Parts: sequence; structure tokens; C-alpha cells
Amino acid sequence: MTSIYRSTEPTVSTFNSPHYEPQLVEGVSSVLIVGSGGLSIGQAGEFDYSGSQAIKALKEANKKTILINPNIATNQTSHSLADTIYYLPVTPEYITYVIERERPDAILLTFGGQTGLNCGVALDKMGVLEKYNIKVLGTPIKTLEMTEDRDLFAQALQEINIPIASSIACETLEEALSAADEVGYPVIVRSAYALGGLGSGFANNAGEMRELASQSLSLAPQILVEKSLKGWKEIEYEVVRDRVGNCITVCNMENFDPLGIHTGDSIVFAPSQTLSDQEFHMLRSAAIKIIRHLGVIGECNVQYALQPDGLDYRVIEVNARLSRSSALASKATGYPLAYTAAKIALGYTLPELPNPITKTTVANFEPSLDYIVAKIPRWDLSKFQYVNRDIGSAMKSVGEVMSIGRNFEEAYQKALRQVDPSLLGFQGSDEFGDKLDEALAVATDRRALAVGQALLHENYTVERVHELTNIDSFFLHKCMNIVNMYKKLEAVNSLESLDKDLLQKAKKLGFSDKQIALSISKGASCSVNELDVRKVRKQFGIIPFVKRIDTLAAEFPASTNYLYTTYNATKNDVEFTDKGMLVLGSGVYRIGSSVEFDWCAVNTAKTLRNEGKKTVMINYNPETVSTDFDEVDRLYFEELSFERVMDIYELENSEGCVISVGGQLPQNIALKLFENGCNTLGTNPVDIDSAENRHKFSSILDSIDVSQPEWSELTSVDEAKSFANKVGYPVLVRPSYVLSGAAMNTIHNEHELEDKLTLASAVSPDHPVVISKFIEGAEEIDVDAVAYNGKVLVHAISEHVENAGVHSGDATLVLPPQHLSEQIKNKLKEIADKVAHAWKITGPFNMQIIKHNDDLKVIECNIRASRSFPFVSKVLGVNFIEIAVKAFLGGDKVPQPVDLMSKQYGYVATKCPQFSFTRLAGADPFLGVEMASTGEVASFGKDEIESYWTAIQSTMNFHVPLPPSGILFGGDLTKPWLGEVISTISSLGFNFYVADESAKKYLQEYTNDHITVIEFPKNDKRALRELFQKYDIKLVINLASKRADNTDDDDYVMRRNAIDFAIPLFNEPQTCKLFAKALKAKIAEKVRVLESNDVVVPNEVRSWEDFVGFKPV
Amino acid sequence: MSTKAIFSIKNGPTFEGYSFGADKSVAGEAVFTTSLVGYPESMSDPSYSGQILVFTQPLIGNYGVPSGEARDEFNLLKYFESPHVHPVGIVVAEYAYEHSHWTAVESLASWCKREGVAAITGVDTREVIQYLREQGSSLGRITVEGHAEVEYADPMNTHLVEKVTTREPYHVKALKPRCNLALIDCGVKENIVRCLVARGANVTVFPYDYRIQDVAGQFDGVFISNGPGNPIFCQATVNNLKELLNDEKLVHLPVFGICLGHQLLALAVGAKTHKLKYGNRAHNIPAMDLTTGQCHITSQNHGYAIDEETLPSDWKPYFVNLNDKSNEGMIHVSRPIFSTQFHPEAKGGPTDTEILFDKYFENIEAFKIKKQANIKLANAPISIKVDQLATERVF
Repeated sequence: MTSIYRSTEPTVSTFNSPHYEPQLVEGVSSVLIVGSGGLSIGQAGEFDYSGSQAIKALKEANKKTILINPNIATNQTSHSLADTIYYLPVTPEYITYVIERERPDAILLTFGGQTGLNCGVALDKMGVLEKYNIKVLGTPIKTLEMTEDRDLFAQALQEINIPIASSIACETLEEALSAADEVGYPVIVRSAYALGGLGSGFANNAGEMRELASQSLSLAPQILVEKSLKGWKEIEYEVVRDRVGNCITVCNMENFDPLGIHTGDSIVFAPSQTLSDQEFHMLRSAAIKIIRHLGVIGECNVQYALQPDGLDYRVIEVNARLSRSSALASKATGYPLAYTAAKIALGYTLPELPNPITKTTVANFEPSLDYIVAKIPRWDLSKFQYVNRDIGSAMKSVGEVMSIGRNFEEAYQKALRQVDPSLLGFQGSDEFGDKLDEALAVATDRRALAVGQALLHENYTVERVHELTNIDSFFLHKCMNIVNMYKKLEAVNSLESLDKDLLQKAKKLGFSDKQIALSISKGASCSVNELDVRKVRKQFGIIPFVKRIDTLAAEFPASTNYLYTTYNATKNDVEFTDKGMLVLGSGVYRIGSSVEFDWCAVNTAKTLRNEGKKTVMINYNPETVSTDFDEVDRLYFEELSFERVMDIYELENSEGCVISVGGQLPQNIALKLFENGCNTLGTNPVDIDSAENRHKFSSILDSIDVSQPEWSELTSVDEAKSFANKVGYPVLVRPSYVLSGAAMNTIHNEHELEDKLTLASAVSPDHPVVISKFIEGAEEIDVDAVAYNGKVLVHAISEHVENAGVHSGDATLVLPPQHLSEQIKNKLKEIADKVAHAWKITGPFNMQIIKHNDDLKVIECNIRASRSFPFVSKVLGVNFIEIAVKAFLGGDKVPQPVDLMSKQYGYVATKCPQFSFTRLAGADPFLGVEMASTGEVASFGKDEIESYWTAIQSTMNFHVPLPPSGILFGGDLTKPWLGEVISTISSLGFNFYVADESAKKYLQEYTNDHITVIEFPKNDKRALRELFQKYDIKLVINLASKRADNTDDDDYVMRRNAIDFAIPLFNEPQTCKLFAKALKAKIAEKVRVLESNDVVVPNEVRSWEDFVGFKPV
Repeated sequence: MSTKAIFSIKNGPTFEGYSFGADKSVAGEAVFTTSLVGYPESMSDPSYSGQILVFTQPLIGNYGVPSGEARDEFNLLKYFESPHVHPVGIVVAEYAYEHSHWTAVESLASWCKREGVAAITGVDTREVIQYLREQGSSLGRITVEGHAEVEYADPMNTHLVEKVTTREPYHVKALKPRCNLALIDCGVKENIVRCLVARGANVTVFPYDYRIQDVAGQFDGVFISNGPGNPIFCQATVNNLKELLNDEKLVHLPVFGICLGHQLLALAVGAKTHKLKYGNRAHNIPAMDLTTGQCHITSQNHGYAIDEETLPSDWKPYFVNLNDKSNEGMIHVSRPIFSTQFHPEAKGGPTDTEILFDKYFENIEAFKIKKQANIKLANAPISIKVDQLATERVF
């Protein structure tokens, strides 16, 4: 295949002359960008960042950009970026429809993660790209295929004598077992075309191999068996190559955790800290050799295993696309990798591009760092039941943080606090008991704490911890510096005897004021708090310095706005004259807080800028657009702690601080900031606090005559029982002191209540629980609104498809509401008005309200932007954040109130949750009051059915079952749900299966279709897989009414295996019923469209602009 | 970590920190490198002679120091670029008191102490770099507590090459020799010799002022090494090179120069050099090959550069620095002679341009074919017996 670039040979450029014109790809005026879809484990916010940068680069080159991405919460799906946006499934099928409709000249495949790449390879195979004569910008398809197919890849690297972990490709279990024998245990199994190591794992013996391989083979047609190199160092390089072969490595990174843990789940430092020149450049040269040989045009990531005591190494993986690591490298160095990769895809060469940071030098260089960057993943495993907490070759983390310091200790301690604000920094935990050695040897999400426990409290030597963990001693020695400082601080008897020198040294080692306060309190008779230390510290004149990230270690002047603070300095890089407005970002992505809040933060900054304000963003999440170099006037890659925010506020002499757009994290420090003299914008934090405090909240609601479910705060099991008996079961139990594994729960009887309360935590006056009446069968409604001085300016009412009881973050939302009367809508507006007035709200707020018959009860109110702000803004075409910011600024900026819910809309949008159960081995895919989804997608349609039909297909790996495939039913036979579903989808041509006679008997009441009972071999995964294949089961419907009690539960097994075999699962009755209706309405058209020889574009394939009738920003 | 030390810049700021090196005060030219790795290589590079080296990479000492005794199959130093440390002092943001690496035999601190090199940690090196960037290269000194401060002294006013060059010629044998090269040692890095020997050259290393023109006839090529300081101190070398280049019998002789060697060659053909504001010392500098348009990332360490405009007409610029547009190399329009300002031998730094050694050897092969055809050249009188020479640097 010939290149789309006119020349792939370097030429002596005259790019310094004014007449110079770069040789770009010809005949390209419109480009289709493939997004990555809903956020999931292994494919998260980093692709919003990379896609957004790519769009910026294309727009600069005057290309029309068409984006397909159903992730409505992203920044890239805004008209301020892409020209045309489709909220559609990122699948070869839907991309083809968009191509048919838009006829783009070219396509960008490497900015939408593995999803984008897989779609590209498929589109090429299907001949779609050729048929429509679409140019693939950047890395050619052939190269993408080569990096994805292990055999081709191994062969390619063999040609240039680059060693790879020798692997054997297998397609059957038998092959896999004999391959393992051949390379010798322990082995690692990977699957081709994997997302973040999905379906990968280690096996130490044939038994483990049998289980692992059969699961992996259920996910991918081909798996690879390799010898395990556990204990080797893991090093990554980010490499860029242009069309003429100029290459640079932008960053190298070293994993704190040795090989064996997926890089997405590893603690990582950049640049590498333990490599000699020889090792560093051996791997760098190899990376360049690889990228040249493969013919990458753009960005590429190379992962290595490096022998810890010699020069042997292996290539583990090459990703010929933007990745999580490249996002990190981009933020760590300041080098805009995605932007540069997009420019290169257009045909620019590296020396032709300016370094956007310095502006005076060229992009063809390698950043030099004069700081150290730490990345720590964030796991939310405690939210799941039965989940395996080991971390290994399959990624499980849902987010990550990045911190910057000028020594290891400073960076590492910052990062630990960022990942979990309840941590002080490097610290131990007594949770391991006598299993500490095991906790060190077998990595779990808690290992950083195990290392802390061993070094801090159990007197382990560095050598011992190294033996158990294989973590390089260099890192452990650094941890010991922190340990020694703890000991010095603990020996201080009072705040008065804390001398300046010691305090300064502690700050240089990254100790927070709170950490110092607690350490001193240990030895002191009186207790010292964070504010006391802050006061003393400032009296000593110990305040942090602000340094720039400039890509060239200060060698050339740069006026970047990309900043961090450090105590290891004597001079500031910047002056503080802007009095800029602080915007607090959302911090680490976690379940419950993710890209939606980044959209809010970015839009806040944008609006402030438009209003002529200088903006200062504080955030530490490398996956975000808000931490991009050109979004704000100043960006602090810093902790969102009271201490650091206040430091920056004081340094910058800020005019004010926006605390209500970054989710719960900034909200948690709002009151303290306010009490210490920070001008927080919007609703008074004292009022905000009165909504967060259950008692205050409740009494205010009573006073304004807004109803709520009965509730009480209780301090003993007996009190709890008598309250529950009074209001009647079920009840909702919410420990106010949340321990891991002891989350919110619905309780159906006294026995369960007893169980839960003793298990959760000892209920006591110190640890009360809040119990409220749980109203069964109630509908739930989300109200998002913006108010000014207690008066609502705009509001949106979204209906939940699921009944109350499913966390609002896991709910399917429909907007505008389809089943609410005018009267109910008016009542909802009335409640919003009353709440806004009572809390004197200025800015965003959100309420969850349940509706039982015509009775409305408020169950939750957050006086801040909510997860659904981008959804409602984009669906209604009105930017709620923009209005909120104008309300903050007040005066004549404030727009007039508009009742958006009284308007008529000719379309409906549905937002669906995106789950990541596939990656969480063992976790029960059951929905409850605890949130489990990692992302969301949304689609538009002419009605609820059509929008849901598209939205559900937009969730990852959802394949609509086509008749005559099989559907497996299970669940609660005392409820009518299953029956309603089967009667809806009867006579559509599907084959129905159940696991026992009673289910068959139940279902036969509702359908005349034949129902087959199949043997269900619960404990034999392989037999199960064969069974699913034999009956061609393409959909599992399991509608249980409560969680499984144990992993032997039939329904659990059915749900879990649907996930493990990558089969769509419905586990909630209301969404299942909606899907059944959609299936009935749409399946005939789907079959017709798929069978047609011509490309027939279905009705739902319309752009955002087509639906709303104008171009919202 | 108790002995205090002060790093000060003449007419500039002073920085307090702690000494971790030799127990003495020193003075020199303060320069900085932005390299991320390779402190043992940099510190044993003779080109840093007389300087106080400031590292922008904040953590230094992480992987300790490898053996200075270990030698490779060519009897060259395995890990160092010369047997000793050349900067008089080093300045770091944070010294790693505990190191960890399989090649380490001692800590950076103990190496500095043994070699008499002052070292200071705890300095805001970014602030230092910003000062040097604005003010240009400056004189600096490290004053260690308990030791009187020493006067500022400019090593650029001294003849540094004289201090680092070999006293007598020495000879390094290839395992499978295919040619014989003469190397002018102005402070040669071990890896330059290795890059030549490993490609099959027996290398005879001569002191910087050796009358190379007298012996060149018996070799298949001449190489001019890197080295410290101001090129004008090497007038003897320049004069020798002039004669060498003007010798009609040697018109086909391949010549390759690196760094100071590049500058000396330029002076010999009549071009001029000047001092850069603060020099280029890094592993990340883009240089474009002006004959092909290909860009390479290069390793650099120099404070002087040649003025491209002063090159005579039979010389063309070979490489250009894409950051500051300074000259990075020159090539003769017809003769097999070229030189580069950067370090293709790396150590430390990227190896992208090691291909230039291959190019040099292509020139050598072509020359050998020409030589065979020309009996007169091949029979040039032998004036030096390489087998009787020392086998390593002579101090």
C-alpha cells in the first residue's frame, strides 16, 4: 500500500524562510475522529484529553472535524472543539453510517484508545475505508495490525534483533496448556486486542492455567502464553516519529512496582530514577529502532522488562496509539504529545513544528525534567462484592493522580494524599495484622500501605522489604528518609519546641501541616492541629515556592502557565500580579466523580476567561483536559487540600475561588477555606454545609414544607431495630463512618439489619448510622439547577428509568422527562425554588427526588454541580455551568430566569451507565445504592425508545442479540418482571433458555415461544463457556431482587459469567423492560439494515446539531 | 549531612547547602548540564576540566558509581570516560545518600572525596540555571565549612588541554584490525576510542601538540578528539592540522573531528570560533543533517562554537542546531573530511549519530582502495613504531 504522504524521505527544509509551506496530506478537508466512548477501567479520561488536543490541532489546520463519541460528559464533544458531533456507538457499524452520511476525506484512529484502533482495523477489513476512499491519517493500518497481532509483532521485532518476551499464540485451551509447559511456569497470559490487559493474568501451575486460559479465550480469539519475568524492572518510553523518520523519545518512566503489575495499576515515576546512562540509552535506542521499523507516524508507547542486575531486556508491549501512559508523559513533561501526534498525522515533520511551550525552540527535541513526577493509581475495589483485590497483569484501577516534586519524598507523599485525601502521606495501616509479609509479596491495591506499615511500624529493613516486594532499594531508602523524619517529629514535645530547621526539612520531604501536627501530637501532651502548624510555619517564613514545567529544565526562557509548588527551592519562577480566579478541579477520577466534573471545571474557566477574568486551575489528574496547557491562565498541578489551596490562594492574591464545580472533593474543604478568609464564590459554604449535614438539612426541609423519607441517626443496634420496625422494612442504612466493605445498603429484615450493623462497624455514639425508610417501587428524578441569590435561573428534570434504590450514578436518565404530568413538573419546580431560596443558593445545585404515586420526597441535595450537568446542558442546548459562573459574578452578568422544562423538545436523550465489571474479576454485577459504574454514555433519538436503543448500544462491547440467537433468563420468579420482558420479546425469533424447570414453568405463563431448560454447570467455567457457545446465548437477563449471599448463588453465577464471557447482561427490571420494548421496536429494522448490501443509515444516526436544531457550544 | 557548604557565583547569587564531596573549597567556571542520566560519564569527561558542573536533574547519585578499574575487551575503561573526575566541583539539588545499582562499587560521595572534587547538595539548581541563562557562563566557587574560600578563577584563561592530554603516544589494538588510525588527544573520551577500535581500527593516540603531519602518512585516517576549554590555546594543534590539510600527498586522507576537534579543524581551515553565552551541555539537542534533512537528538558539551559564515568556500555546514541555530558540524565539498560539534559517541547521551563513525569508516575503506592503487602513498616512511608504545593513557 502506498503512503498517503507524498514523501516519506527527509528533505533539507527551508522552514525558516517566510515562503515555506509544509508538505501536508493532500485532499483532506474533513476528518472523522473516533472517540473512545464511555469511561471504563483501562480506557478512561485520558482519551478526552488526547482527542481534544487532536481536534485543536486539526482546527488550527482549518480541517472540518467530525467526532463520533457517545461520551456526553467529555470536553471533546463540544462545538467549541469539534464541528460536528455524533453521540453514537463507537462501533464499525455506526462509524460506517456516519461515513456514509458525512463522507469525510480522512479518519483519525489513534486518539480513541483501543476502541478507536480496533474499529479502524475492522473498518479496513470490511473494506469501508477503501470503498469511501478515506485516508487513515498517521500510523497506517498495517502498522496498527502488526502491533496488535502478537505473531506479526514478534516476527517484526525479530527482524531487527529486538528481544521480546517470547510468547506462543494459542487459540484453544489445549494449545495454551502445552505452550505453558513449553515456556515453563510461572507464565503470563495475555490476549490479543486487549484493553488495558483485559483477560491477562499469571498462572503458576496447570490448574491456574486452565482457569485463566479458558476465561481469556472467552474474551479473545487468541491468547499469548509467555514466560513470566516477575521481579524485573518495568520501564516505558514514549516515542514520536514523523513521516520522514525523525524520532524522539519524549519521556521515560520507571515503575515503582516491578514487572508483574499492569502499568496502569503501577506506581510510576518519571523520569526513570534507577537507570544508568547505558541502560537508559540502550532502551531508548531500541524504542527508536522499533518505531522506525514498524513505521509509526505519530505517537507510540514501548514497554520493557529490564533485568535488575544486568543488561538483558525484553519488549513487553508496543501501543501504536495515544495511551494512558502518553497522557501521563504529556502532563509530566509539558510536551503536548497528542497535539504533536495530530500535527504529524497531517504531514508536518518534527523540526517544522515549534515547541508550543517555549515557542522559540522546535518540537524535535527531548524534554529534560528538573523535577520528579509520581503517578499513583486509584482503585475503588471496596465498592464491589466478591471482587479479587490482587493486582497483576489485568488493570483494575479507575483513575490516577500525578504529583510533582523536586525530590522523591515530596512527589510521593503528595501523590499518596491526592489518591486518597484521608491518607496523611506515606503511612502504614494495621489492617494486615500478621499477614504483612503476604501483603508485601502479593500485590494488592493496599500494598503501598503495607510498605509503610513494614518500614514505619514493624521495623522491617529495606533489604527485607526489597526481598518481599522486589521494589528497587533506591525507592525504599527514600521511603526510609520519610520514616526517619516521622521519628524526629514524634520526638518533638510541643509546638513551641518545633524548630525552624526541622520544620523546613519536614516540608522539603513533602510532609503536610496535618501530618506534622499529628506526628507532634503523638509525643506531646496537648494536641496540635493543622492550623497551629500552619501558623508557626508562616511565622518562620516557610512557604512553598512556585516552579514552572517548561520542557527544557530552564535552559531556555519559557512563559508557560504550567506550575507546581515545592519547598525544595529558594526562588519563585513567576510573579503574582494577576489576582486570578481559582477554579478547583475534581482531582482523581473515581467511581462517582469523573470526566463530568472536568467538563464543569473546563467550562467554568472558559466562561471566566470570556468574562475577562484571569483563571487559575488547581487539579492533579493527568487524564484531564482541565490540566491542559492552554485551558487557563495558570495551572497548578497540585493537591486539592485545604493547605495547598490556601497556599496558592494567598500566593496569587486571588480574587476568589470556585469550589462548586469539581464535585465532592473541593466541596469538602470549602467551609475551611471560607473560615480562613478565602473568598469562595457562590453559595455561602456555611449554607452548603447545612445541606451536607443530615440534621440541618432535614430541619430546613421541614421548615419549608418539603417532604423527605423518614430517617434517624442512631447509635446502637437496638435503636436501629426499633426505628426500622417503626417505619417498616425495607430501610436504607448508611454508616456515617464508612469503612471499606461497609457501604450503604438496603436492608429487608431485622436479621439482615443485625448482620449488617455488626459487620459494618460497631455502631456507637462515635460511629452513628443513618437509617431511613426505603420506599419500594418509587420512581426517582434528578433535578439539576442553577440559582442566583436564592432564585432559580434554569433547571432540568431528568427521569430515572430504574426505580429508587439504584444509585443515581448507575441510573439511566431520560431528558426531557417522558412520563411526568405538568402538575408534577410544576411541583418539582416549586421544590427547586423553595430549596434555592432556603439555602440562599447562588450557583449550581442538584437534587434527587423520589416520586411515589404523586408524592414527592427529596432524598438528596448537593449544592454544587452534579454528575449530570454536562448531560442536561448538552441535551437542552443551554450551558448550565456558564449560567452558574455568571451567577457567581453577579450584577448585570446574571441572565434572566428561563423555564426550560416548559419548552417542547422534538427529541429525547438517554444517558446510560458504563460498567467495568469485566475487569473486576469476581465482582457481582448487581446494582444497588452503592455506585458501581465507571462512566456514562448518552444518545439522542426521536423518542425514548430510539434514544435508549442507541445509548445502550453505545456502552462498551454491547452487541444487540440478533434472532435466532439465544437469551438466557433467570432471577426472582416471585416478581412479574421476567414475565413482562419475555412477553414483550416473544415471537421475535429468539431462542429462550432457563437454568431450571421452575423458571420455565413461570415464563411459560407469559409466552407461547418454546423455552428450553439447560444444564447449568455452575462451577465449571469451561463447560459453561461451551454451553453458552452451543446455545448461541447472546443475551443474559437476570432479574434478582437482592444481592447474592455467596458466590454459589445461581443468579450470581449467571450474572458473573455473562460478564466473563462478554455477553450483554440485564440485571435490573426497569431497564430490561425498556430494552425489551426497544428490541421489539427496532430489531426488524436492525436485521434489515445489517443484511442490506447498500449502507442504509438508520434514523438515529443524526448529529447533535441535527437533533437540537442549532449548534450549542 | 552536617558539613555546610556555599555555592556562589561571582557578582551573582549565593546558595547554601551541604557538602557531600571532598573536604575543600574550589573555584571554576560554573556550567550546567540538562542531561537526565550519566553523571559518572559526565564527571569523567575531560571536557569538563576546571569547571563546576551544575546538574538540572534534581536527584543525583541514585545509582552510585561503577568501577573505575573495570576494563572491556579492548582494555578500555568499561564505565568511565577517563580515569579521573574532571570538574573541580559539582552542584546538585538533592544528593541520593543511598544508592542502588548492580554496577555500583561506591557512592558518588566517596568517589568525589577520593578524587578531591567538591560537591554541594540542597541548591535550587533551577534558580542557578536561570541566572546562568540570563547572565551567561559565570565563575563560581564552592566553599566548604571550615575551609577558606578560594579566589574566583577562570579556567578558560588556562591551557586545559595540556592538563588532560596523554603525555606520550599510546596504542590500542583492535580485535580484528582492518585499519590504522591516528588520534589527536585533546582530552579524548574513552568511548571515542572504543567506537573506533570496535569497528576494527588500531588506534594510536598522540598528545594534542604532536606533529601529526609527520606520521599521518602511515595511517588510514586521522581523528581529532574532544577536549576542554578555549580552542585558541591549541594553536600548536591548529598549526599541525594546517600542514596536514595542505599536504598534497594526504589529500585523500579521511579526517573526523568531534567537539573541540571540530573547532580546531575549523580554525585550521581559517574559520573563526566564539564563546557561547552559556554553552550547550545536554543530551537532548536537535541537530539537522544539512545533507539529508534528517534530524538527530545529540549529546553535547561545549562552550565555544564556530562562526559558520567564516567557513571557506570548499567547506559546507554539515549540521545545524535547531534550538539556537548554531553550527553543529562541517564537511568538505570534495575531500573525506568532516567534523561535528556534538558527540556521536554519546556516553552519556543518545546514540542516534553513532552512524557518523560508520561514515568515517566508509571513507577509510575508500581511502584504502585509493592507497593500494598509489604505491607511493602506501610506502610512506614509517616514523613511529606503534608496537613499542604504551597501551594506555600516559600521565
